[in-house]
Amino acid sequence: MNTKETYTISIYSEDNIGLLNRISAIFLKRHINIESFSTSLSEIENVFRFIVVVNIHPDQINKIILQIEKQVDVIKAFYHTDDETIFQESALYKVKSSSLFEERHIQNVIKKSHANIVTVSPEYFVIEKTGFRDETEDLRKKLLEFGLLQFVRSGRISVTKSKMEISGILNIIKKKIK
Amino acid sequence: MKNNIKSIKISGAEAVIHSLLAEGVVLIYGYPGGAIMPIYDELYKFQEKLQHVLTRHEQGAAHAAQGYARTSGRVGVAVATSGPGATNLVTGIADAQIDSTPIVCITGQVASNLLGSDAFQETDIIGISTPVTKWNYQITKASEIPSILSKAFYIAKSGRPGPVLIDITKDAQFEEFDFKYEHCRGIRSYKPVPDLNIDLLKDAAEIINKAKKPMIVWGQGVVLGQAEEILKEFIEHSGIPAVWTILGASAIPTSHPLNKGMVGMHGNYGPNILTNECDVLIAIGMRFDDRVTGKLETYAKQAKVIHFEIDPAEINKNVYADVAVLGDCKISLKKIIPLINQDAYSSWIYRFDSLMEIENEKVIKNDLFPTKKGLTMGESIRIINKYTKGDAVIVTDVGQHQMVACRYTNFIKSKSNITSGGLGTMGFALPAAIGAKMGAPGRQVITIIGDGGFQMTIQELGTIFQTKIAVKIVVLNNGFLGMVRQWQQMFFDKRYASTEMVNPDFVKIAKGYYIDAERVSERNNLDAAVSRMLSSDKPYFLEICVEKEDNVFPMIPTGASVSDIRLS
Repeated sequence: MNTKETYTISIYSEDNIGLLNRISAIFLKRHINIESFSTSLSEIENVFRFIVVVNIHPDQINKIILQIEKQVDVIKAFYHTDDETIFQESALYKVKSSSLFEERHIQNVIKKSHANIVTVSPEYFVIEKTGFRDETEDLRKKLLEFGLLQFVRSGRISVTKSKMEISGILNIIKKKIK
Repeated sequence: MKNNIKSIKISGAEAVIHSLLAEGVVLIYGYPGGAIMPIYDELYKFQEKLQHVLTRHEQGAAHAAQGYARTSGRVGVAVATSGPGATNLVTGIADAQIDSTPIVCITGQVASNLLGSDAFQETDIIGISTPVTKWNYQITKASEIPSILSKAFYIAKSGRPGPVLIDITKDAQFEEFDFKYEHCRGIRSYKPVPDLNIDLLKDAAEIINKAKKPMIVWGQGVVLGQAEEILKEFIEHSGIPAVWTILGASAIPTSHPLNKGMVGMHGNYGPNILTNECDVLIAIGMRFDDRVTGKLETYAKQAKVIHFEIDPAEINKNVYADVAVLGDCKISLKKIIPLINQDAYSSWIYRFDSLMEIENEKVIKNDLFPTKKGLTMGESIRIINKYTKGDAVIVTDVGQHQMVACRYTNFIKSKSNITSGGLGTMGFALPAAIGAKMGAPGRQVITIIGDGGFQMTIQELGTIFQTKIAVKIVVLNNGFLGMVRQWQQMFFDKRYASTEMVNPDFVKIAKGYYIDAERVSERNNLDAAVSRMLSSDKPYFLEICVEKEDNVFPMIPTGASVSDIRLS
C-alpha cells in the first residue's frame, strides 16, 4: 500500500499564460517531485495538453487529479499507469566526430541501439534515439566512453491505450454554454 | 443591462470603472500608487457612483473586501498599486482562498514594455498570487479589460467562491479602445456546480433512515450557498442533532434546540466526543479541516460518512465519504428532505445534553459567571450578548478571544460570524469589520480582537476615523499572545518565549484617532461600559483588561483524537 507508483497525468487545458505555474504549484505544495513535464497541442483545436510524470503513493493520485481539475483553465485531467499507456522519450547525443572514425566500436553501439545519426560535421555528430527511459539511458552510458559532448532527453510523451473521452466532454460543454 | 453591448471609445482605466459598475460594484477598498494612478484618476471622476475607501495598508483593503463580501453576499473589491501594494494584498488573498471568500483584487503593473526589467515597483504578482487565487490574469491590452473583468467576477462568485487577482499594466490603463461589456455566462473549462446525482441522494437517504445515532456537521458552505433555511428544515424534519464548524457559526440560531454546538479543537465537549460515537455523520458544506478532525486515523471511524459538497476536490481529501453528494447543498437538501423519515432520537440527543451539562459545570459556568477577581473573556461576551440579543455581526481576529467569542456568542441571524478560520490571520478583524459594517450598514457590527492581533492592523483606526464607519471595537487585553502562551503553558513547560506583550495605552491611541474610547478593568464597570459602547451611533473603542493567564477549554491537543478532548 505504501509503495510509490509511476503515473502519467494527462491534462487537457486552455492555452493560458501562467497555467503551467498553477499546475506545478499543485505538486510543489505537496512536496512532490515532477519526473517529467511536457506540453504540446492536443488532437483538438485550441486545446493544450500537458503530460506530467510523477512517482507518488496510489492514495495521492486521485486527490492530485481533482486539484488539477479544480483549476479554472483545466478542462479535464486523467492519470494512467505505465501499462495503460504507450510512452516514449527522445534523446539527443552530441559526440566528437573523431571518435566515429577512430573507434570502430561506436558504430556498432549506434547500430545495435537503433539510433539515428541526425547530422555529421567535421567536429561533431549528433545521434537521436527515441524509446523508453532505460534504452536512452543505456545508450548514454555506452557513449560516455567516447566523449559525450552534450546530452539531452525530452519529457515523456504518451498516448493511452484506451480511448480518451475528452472530445465528448468538450461537446457537452459546448452545448451547455450555448 | 445598461452597459451591455454599447460601444464607446474610452481608456482602459475608465473601462475598469465601467466594468465594475456593470458588475454592480458600488464600493471598493484600496490604496493608490504609481502604477494604478490612471484608475485612481477615473475613480476621482466617478466618485458619485463608485465609493472608494482608503485603507491605511493594502492588507486592510483585502480584509475589508472580505468582510464586505461575507456580510453582503456580494463580491468584495480591493485595489492596489504594483510591487509592494500588490504583495501587501497577498495575506488577504490567501485568507480569502482558504475561507472561500469571493473577492476581486485589481493591481496596477508597470508598463508592458518594462515587464521583466526589474522596473521600479515591479513584482511578479501573478507568480506570487498563483497558489492562493482561484484564478488570476495579467492584462497588457486595454481591449482585454471588459472580458477579463467579467470573467473575474463570474469566477470569484460562482461555485465554491474564491479570490481572483487581475493585474493591469499601466499602458493598458492609458490605451483607448472601443468599450463594450458582456457578462460572463460560462467558461468551457470551468464547471462551478457539479451535477446532482439523484441515485446517490437516495443512497444517502437510505443510510440516514437506518441511523440510530446520526449527527449533522455543517460548515460555511451552507452560508455561501444560502441554504440556511433549507438546512433548518432538514434538521427539524429529520430530528437529527446538528453541530457546526467555526465558519458555519450563525447559520442556525444558537438557541435552536437541535443546534448542539461547535466541533473542533476548542469546540464543545459533546459534539467532539459524539463524533466518535455517531453511526452516521452527515457533513454539509464543510471540508474536514484538521482543526475539526484532530487525529484523522481515529476520526469517526465507526460512522458512515455522507458528504454534501460543491467542490469535488474535497471528497475523500481528508475523510473518506461512504456517499458523496456533489452539488449545491441548497438543492441537494431540498431534494433529500422528502426521502428522510422523521425521528426523535431522544436517547441520542440526551447524550449531547448530558455532556453539555458536564461542560457547563466544568468550563462554561466559570467562564461566563466567574467568581475570581479578574475579568474573563467569556463574561465580556455574555454582557455583549445581553445588549445585542444576538442581533449583531461579530467580527473576530485569531486566538483565544476568537474561540471564546465563537463559543459564547448568541447568534440569531446568519452571516453574523466573520472570522479568519482556515488561514488564522491575526490582524484580520479590524479591517474586516470595516467591510462587514459597510456590507450590512443596518446592523450592529462588533469586532472582538486580542491585544496582539489588534496591533497587527491597528492603523485601520485611521480608516474608521476618516469614513466615520460606526464599528464597535472591543479589545480583550490579557497582555499576552494568549493562545500561544496557553500552548507554552500546556506543552512547553510554561516557557513563555516572546508571548508577553508590553502594550501601549490603547485608549489614548484610539482617542488620537478621535474615536470615543474607554477602558474597563473592574467587573462592576463592565456592564455599563458595554452598554455605552453599543448605544453609541459612532465608532467606539472599548478595551477590556482580562485575566492574564486564562486558558480556553475544552481543547483537543494537536494530534489527539476528538474524543480525547480535555476540559482542563
